[in-house]
This record gives sequence, C-alpha cells and structure tokens, in this order.
Amino acid sequence: MDYFSILVVDDETDFLETLVKRLQKRNIDTVGVTSGEKAIETMAHKRFDVVILDIKMPGGMDGIETLREIKRHHPLTEVLLLTGHGSVETSIEGMKMGAFDYLLKPIKLEDLMVKLGEAFEKKDAHEQKIRKARIKELIRFPGRVFQQDKEE
Amino acid sequence: MKEGLYRNLQRKIIIWTLLVSLAPLLILGATLYYQFENTCRGKTKEQISYRAQAQAEALDLFLKERTAILNAMADTHSFEHMIEEKNLARIFDVMNARAGAFVDLGIIDSQGNHRAYIGPYDLRGRNYLDQAWFDEVMIKGYYKSDVYMGFRQQPHFIIAVRRHENQQAWILRATIDPNRLEEIVRSAQIGRTGDAYLVNREGIYQTRPRFGGDVLGKANLDTDQFGGRVTVIEIEDPDGEERLYAGSWLNDNKWLLVINQQPLELLSRLFALRQIEIFIISLGVVGIVITTILTTRLAINRLRKNDQELVELNAQLVQSDKLAALGKMAAGVAHEINNPLAVILQKTGWMEDLLEEEDFSQSENAEEFRESIAKIEEHVERARKVVHNMLGYARKMEPRLEDVDVNDTINQTVTLLENHARINNIDIQVDLEESIPIIASDQAQLQQVFLNLLTNAIDAIGSSGSIDVVSRRVDDRIVVNISDDGPGLSEEALRKIFDPFYTTKGAGKGTGLGLWVSHSIIEKMGGRINVKNNSDKGATFTVGIPIVIPEKK
Repeated sequence: MDYFSILVVDDETDFLETLVKRLQKRNIDTVGVTSGEKAIETMAHKRFDVVILDIKMPGGMDGIETLREIKRHHPLTEVLLLTGHGSVETSIEGMKMGAFDYLLKPIKLEDLMVKLGEAFEKKDAHEQKIRKARIKELIRFPGRVFQQDKEE
Repeated sequence: MKEGLYRNLQRKIIIWTLLVSLAPLLILGATLYYQFENTCRGKTKEQISYRAQAQAEALDLFLKERTAILNAMADTHSFEHMIEEKNLARIFDVMNARAGAFVDLGIIDSQGNHRAYIGPYDLRGRNYLDQAWFDEVMIKGYYKSDVYMGFRQQPHFIIAVRRHENQQAWILRATIDPNRLEEIVRSAQIGRTGDAYLVNREGIYQTRPRFGGDVLGKANLDTDQFGGRVTVIEIEDPDGEERLYAGSWLNDNKWLLVINQQPLELLSRLFALRQIEIFIISLGVVGIVITTILTTRLAINRLRKNDQELVELNAQLVQSDKLAALGKMAAGVAHEINNPLAVILQKTGWMEDLLEEEDFSQSENAEEFRESIAKIEEHVERARKVVHNMLGYARKMEPRLEDVDVNDTINQTVTLLENHARINNIDIQVDLEESIPIIASDQAQLQQVFLNLLTNAIDAIGSSGSIDVVSRRVDDRIVVNISDDGPGLSEEALRKIFDPFYTTKGAGKGTGLGLWVSHSIIEKMGGRINVKNNSDKGATFTVGIPIVIPEKK
C-alpha cells in the first residue's frame, strides 16, 4: 500500500487523533479532520484513496451531506462510513449514495484494516477498468483528445 | 366486581324486555277477557229477561183462557139451570174438554151458600159469606185467589166470576189445577242451576220452586225489587254464589214469575274460551321469557368475550408500545456508549502499538501493561456485545424479503440444537403441517427467533424432558407452537418475559435480550408472539407469522 492515502473525518478528536496516529504508524498516509467542511477543503488540495467518515456529526455538514459532496467531486474515492448508532436507514442511504461499506463503532483496527484493503482493491480495479477502456478508445479513435483527464 | 356489572346489565335487559313485551300482551288479554265477559253477561241478561217475559205471557194467556171460558159459561146459562148438578156436570165436562185444568166447579148464591158442586170434594152446603174473596168477587165481578190449602189440604187456587140475573147475583167458581200452572212455569227453567216459580206480592211460593222451598213457603225474595214489566237483578246467594233473577209480573199484578240462574253456567263457553286464552297467553309469556333470557344471556356472553379480547388486545398494545419506546431509548444509549468505547479501544490500541517499540518492551512491567490492555479490550468487547445485541434487530430493521419455507427453517434450527438437547437428555418432537406455503420473509431473522425460543425451552427444562414444535396454517397465518414440559413461568415472568434485560437465568448466563429481540423481529414482520403456561406442565410460546405470498419473479 505504498501510495495508499486515507482521510479520516470525525468530530470526536480523541478518537480521530488516535486513529490517525495508529494508521500513520503503519506507514499509511493519513490525514484527520474534524468536520465535513474541512474534509471537502482538504480533498481539494490532496487526493485520497479512501475516506473514513463518521455519519453523525453535530453542527455543520453531517456525514450524509459530506458523502454527497465527496462523491460529486471525487467519484473514484471510496468512502467507509462509521456509525456509533444503530441507525440503519442512514447507513443504507449512504450505501445507496455510493459508500463502500459501513462499520459500527467501536472498531478494532484489524477489522478496519481489512475493510480498507477491500476498499483499496475495489478502487484499484475500478481504475484499471477505466484505464483499459481509455486505451481501447484510444486505439479505436486515435485522433481524439481526452477531456476527462482533468480528474486524474 | 366486573362479573357483577354483567349480571346487573343482564338483569336490566331482561326486566325491561319482559316489561315491554309482556305488558301489551297481558293488557290485551285482560281487555279481551273483560270485554267478552261483559258482552256475554249482557247477552245472558237479555235472554233470561226475554224468557221471563215470554213465559209470563204464556201464563197470562192460560189464566185468561180459563177466566174467559168461565165467563162464557156463566153468561150463557141461568142460575136455575146451573144448580141442577146434572147440567153443571155437563158444563164442567165441556169446560175441561175445551180448556182443561179445571178440578171442580161450583155455584154459590148471593148469601154465600155453596148451592151446587161438581168435583172430587163434597163442598156443598158450605157458606162463604164471611170470606174476603166472596166480598171481592161480589163487588168486582172477578176474583183469582192465591194458592192456598183450603178445606181440602191440597194446594190450589180458584177463579170466580159473578153473574147478575133477575136482581140476583150468583157466583160461578172453579178450582184450577196448579200442576198445569207449574208445568208452564217449569218450562222456563233451564240448566242445572236454573229455577222458575211464581210468587205473590208477599213472596209466598205459588208453585213449587226447584230448590229450597215448597208451595206456600216463603221465598227469600223481596218482590218490591221487581217493578214494571220485566226486571233483571243480580243477587248473591247466602253461599256466596251469584245468581241472576228475572222477574215478570203477570197482568193482574198479583203474581210474579221469577226465573233465576247462575250466570256462570251460561258463561261456561266463555270460560272454555278463557281457558284457551289463558293457555295461549301463558304459552306466549313462557316463550317470551325463555327467548328473552336466552338471547340476553347470549348477548351478554358475547359482550363479555369481546371485552376480554379487548383487554387482552390492550395489554398487547401496551406491551408493544413499551418495547418500542425501549427500542428507541436503546438506540440512543447505544450511540452514547459506543463513542466512548470507540475512543477507549483506539487508545488501548495505540498503547499496544507503543508497547511494541523497543524501549518499552525492555521495561520490567511491559507484560503487566500488555495484560491490562488485553483485559480492557476484553471488557470493551463485552460492553460492545451487549450494545450490539441490543441493537441486533435495530441494525436490520427492514427485514430482507426472500422466499422462506418456515418448516425448513424450523428443521434447520432443530438440527442446530439437536446435539445440545441430546446432551441434556431432551427430546425435540417436530410436527409440521406439510401444506404450509412458502412465504416472503427474512429467513435469518426467523431462524434467530426459533433459535431463541428453542434455546429458551432447553434452558427452562434444564435436563430430561421434551419439547414439541408444531406448525399449522390457521387462516392467513402460520402458527408455530413451541412447548416445553419445564417448570412453567411465574406471574411476573409471564408479564415481563419480553422486556429487555429481563432474565431468570443466573448472572452472566443470559443477557435477557433474546426474547425481546425475537418479539421485535416478529412484530416487525406484522406477526405476533405470546406465551402462556400449559394447563399441566411447562409453557408454550406461540408465534403467528402472516402469510405473505412472494411475488413471482
């Protein structure tokens, strides 16, 4: 996971800081922010493979709104939802909106790592597919200039 | 208390229904009866009055005939001719041949001497000068006596007419057989109790009455009560019986024809009718009473049953409400607990991470730290499990709909537990109805419910016993009964068994969430789960699952 970069969004700073530290200790490029707004702002400057997002955050943007924004601007970024709450409705809504999966707090780091691995694989496969499609396209229409490349 | 209310209600309904339905029947019956009796009474009076009048006319005619023939004889024969007994005998024969009822015939001169006589008694030579009737007949020209014994000691009466001949007055006098009179009177008498007789103004019998008296006896009757031509009066006998009297004065106003009758005898047909009426009314009354009581009882029983069902339904609603509120609270509590737990777990994880670093691992107490951290993590895990269990159903509130064979699900669950049951010497008997349809439901959740209930049953029995699992289709539900022969449930347990954290198992053995979660799952499916003690031994859980036919894909 050399180029693996993760953004953790949670308003509970004790949780946030510790998780970030632990992931960084495992050589994962991790950034932690405490609100949805900050997450959007950070993502504008840096590219992340996976976002770990707490669904329930008081004040400002809540998890679902943040998810919507992230998916709008960065459709290839996978989002893992975190919830301390049994609220299925929100979790299911999140899944419908393109979240990769959801996890119930408290989480063990080992479990989280497994999920992160899955998310990264999915993202990777997705990217591969897009790359292949692009190459095919290139072969079929050699003169065409790619416009979608902006994202990358 | 409640029972009293029902009884009271039942009594009120019965009383009012009976009052309202019986009153018109009885009033109608009574009215009909009295109306009819009045009519009959009137008719009876009319009849008896008519008979008295007709019979009096017959008597008048009889007397008039006798008087007329006597007058005719006196007018057509001279005194001289008459006193020849040979001639008188001939005249007597003619009179009896034409009119009859003459007993004897006599001629009396103006001095009162009986000059000639034809008849069974020798009355010749007797003098009547000082007798009252002699004066009367001499003055008025006609006389009819009351009945008397006279010289012959036989009841009789006489008719006498006076004749003037050559400045001389003489009297033709005849005795009339009162038996003939009596025959006419008698013919007016009818029935077993009817009587008919003649009395004079003083109430002396002129003919023999049928009951209680003889000729010349005194009748217990005040003749002044009878005026005009025919009078009908009601008199009560000494023995308390009512009698109807009709009296008709004869033309000479001296004799009164009396007909009497117990009106009841004439009313006998009415009484028969009354018996029928009473019988019909009684039949109606009995019918109404029985019907009213039966229908009221039926209605009250139905009401009682409905009330009971309502009470049970209310209890179930209260239970559902309570559990729903607890569910909401549990979700809130879970959030508040899970967040701190998450922090704790990350912190301990971080500590573990740090312990891995070299300098720490050299530390003397590194092992102690590691152990403590492991313990903390273990207990966080324990707390997490409780919360997860609590939310077990909440996380999956929407049951996934798939094709579920309830019988299969039961069999699978039983297979899962078979070993566990066998170890405890518990026999699980399965009786499944084959025709149960495949339904659209959530198999995992349903299995969770059966698992909870069966585990519960096994735990309740402890060791040695049997469990019966029965599935049946009842209307639009699949009903699964799971009964054990364990000790059954206490009053308190029956009430609280579906509450969260309620457990009868020892500390640490059960969370008290299994049945609560089962209850929630079944309720979410639109079904119902309840429990009751068996009449003999143990308890039975009943799960009702609505039959939802899967959509064809």
